[in-house]
Amino acid sequence: MRFIRRNLLAVVAILVLIYLFIPIAVVAILSFNKPSGKFNISWTQFSTDAWTNLCGVPGVCSSFVTSIQIGIIATIVATALGTMIAFALVRYRFRGRSTTNLLIFLPMATPEVVLGSSLLALFLNLRFPLGQWTVVIAHIMFIISFVVVTVKARLQGLDPRLEEAARDLYANPRSTFRYVTLPLVAPGIAGAALLGFSLSFDDFIISYFNAGTLVTFPIFIWGAAQRGIPVQVNALATLVFVIALLIVLGSQVVNYRRRRKLVST
Amino acid sequence: MAGAVRQVEDLHLLNLTKKFADVAAVDDLTLTIPAGSFFALLGASGCGKTTTLRRVAGLEDPTAGAIKIGARDITDLRAFQRPVNTVFQSYALFPHLDIFENVAFGLRRRGIKDVKTPVNQMLELVELSAMARRKPTQLSGGQQQRVAVARALINEPDVLLLDEPLGALDLKLRRQMQIELKRIQHEVGTTFVHVTHDQEEAMTMADTVAIMNAGRIEQMGNPAAIYELPKTVFVANFLGQSNLITGTAQGRTGDDILVSAHGRTYVVPAARSTAGGDSMIVGVRPEKMTVLDAVDGHRAPDAHNKVLGRVTDVSYAGVSTQYQVRTPWDQELTVFEQNVIVGDRCSVGDEVLLHWSPEHTFGLDGVQDVHAGASPELVDLEAAASALESRGA
Ligand SMILES: Nc1ncnc2c1ncn2[C@@H]1O[C@H](COP(=O)(O)OP(=O)(O)O)[C@@H](O)[C@H]1O
Ligand SMILES: [Mg+2]
Repeated sequence: MRFIRRNLLAVVAILVLIYLFIPIAVVAILSFNKPSGKFNISWTQFSTDAWTNLCGVPGVCSSFVTSIQIGIIATIVATALGTMIAFALVRYRFRGRSTTNLLIFLPMATPEVVLGSSLLALFLNLRFPLGQWTVVIAHIMFIISFVVVTVKARLQGLDPRLEEAARDLYANPRSTFRYVTLPLVAPGIAGAALLGFSLSFDDFIISYFNAGTLVTFPIFIWGAAQRGIPVQVNALATLVFVIALLIVLGSQVVNYRRRRKLVST
Repeated sequence: MAGAVRQVEDLHLLNLTKKFADVAAVDDLTLTIPAGSFFALLGASGCGKTTTLRRVAGLEDPTAGAIKIGARDITDLRAFQRPVNTVFQSYALFPHLDIFENVAFGLRRRGIKDVKTPVNQMLELVELSAMARRKPTQLSGGQQQRVAVARALINEPDVLLLDEPLGALDLKLRRQMQIELKRIQHEVGTTFVHVTHDQEEAMTMADTVAIMNAGRIEQMGNPAAIYELPKTVFVANFLGQSNLITGTAQGRTGDDILVSAHGRTYVVPAARSTAGGDSMIVGVRPEKMTVLDAVDGHRAPDAHNKVLGRVTDVSYAGVSTQYQVRTPWDQELTVFEQNVIVGDRCSVGDEVLLHWSPEHTFGLDGVQDVHAGASPELVDLEAAASALESRGA
């Protein structure tokens, strides 16, 4: 009892972590399963079939690649536009600035079902053919909001004196941006891009409305779920998780090394 | 570069004005800062010191006025084109760059390829060579401050602007950095414009002090000269303390002005008076006065100015004793006396005669608030004391 009372925080934290990681662990474990029937639900036998034959089920890999392509294009465009909007909102006073600030929040506040169906109505009215580009456009639209909010926060936290110091030290406006503003805001922009990509890769509702016959990874899984999800989906999902984990760990290690190096000199 | 005396030129501020939404932070300020001097701009918080520096650095959009270095007009140059560098109040070191790159920043922006030698030299000057590869956050306040100085000085500016550079440091470090800054200025020979609200700092560091009040310069000169002969009530109260007695000029005898106030006549050398009309303020610094027990009053020299009063407070502080003396017209005067007398000191309640030489007396124009520039606590104390007194009476 005394032990629990003393370590209550740690105990709760561990329980929460377990709660968070059980589903992921189940997905990963079942990727090594050889299900007896159509549904990969209960453990029957260890197998690496899904891993050695990742693209074994028709549509898995193509939908995966489609989602990654869409994610990359949408992220690049949304990050570029969103960063510029954030700079405009923080740095300049113009008419309609507060309105813009408000409008930026709308896509985040609107239910995705509404957003998806409204966009579909718009595309149909414009007779815009549904497919990869309509999904990309839809994704850019809702990712931008997140990018703007993230970059804006970073910019607002930036000490204006740093840019003044740069100007004082012979940096013209362009070098000031290149050597002071951009490096200081870059972590915010990178974070926004990562967030944007995962939002896009993950999105089902808006994509489903606007995809036409296009099959993204989430749409593929949704379709497969009716007939039994192939083990390959578990394998791919685990792969994505591991890659994300490696990125996070990698950045931590780089940071740690840098700090160590600085302290030792 | 160390030790080499560079050709430097005077900095001229001409009718400089800066308004923020109709309120003038700097108001028609004209000032010449001598080349190669350690110049202090002293004033209370909010009087426009930072704004003045920012105008010189080119960081503030101009309202009116001109800025020249020697004969060169730099008024219309952008900040990055001016041969002027700033040490910011909060240092503003670039957090993403290490100390070496912070110091090298200005050189690199001007396209100078070989930065290694000058940067290392500069780091040596500020004694930070060992820290070259650290990030600013890994340095102490004093070290950051020296990086900020190095980062500005390496560009060999015509003028170095320092905005309360020691404000964030604790007292001991501040004293140390004052000496350090003086040494650096002596070595490089650049004009330093040092902004501060600390009068002691200004007086000990600067060759020339300008006292600023509400966007204007009240008085400028050698610190001792300003202290001995303040020209406005603000300066008399802001730089050190003063006893100011309001009176009326009665005429002159030779080179002296005779001023009558509260039934006595005071002698003020005409050369030490800035009064225009008949209404005058007679001023004297607290340490220039001598306290005598009233019964020994005859021992005061005839030529001295004199005031009778009653001691209301005595505080002994080792090297000196501070007396508060209340005059018959309910004014509180302050006297500092060196602790060199043998025997009894005056104590609270004693009737005393204060006297001082006319040579130490200064005359000010009477149409000024006698409390201008006094620290608010002093004014409040005085008001509270007289309120108490009148209630008791
Ligand atoms: N950017 C600004 N906008 C509006 N008012 C300002 C601005 N900067 C300074 N002021 C005002 O100008 C006056 C002088 O400020 P400042 O130059 O910073 O004084 P100091 O450095 O002597 O403390 C103050 O009253 C301040 O409120
Ligand atoms: Mg200031």
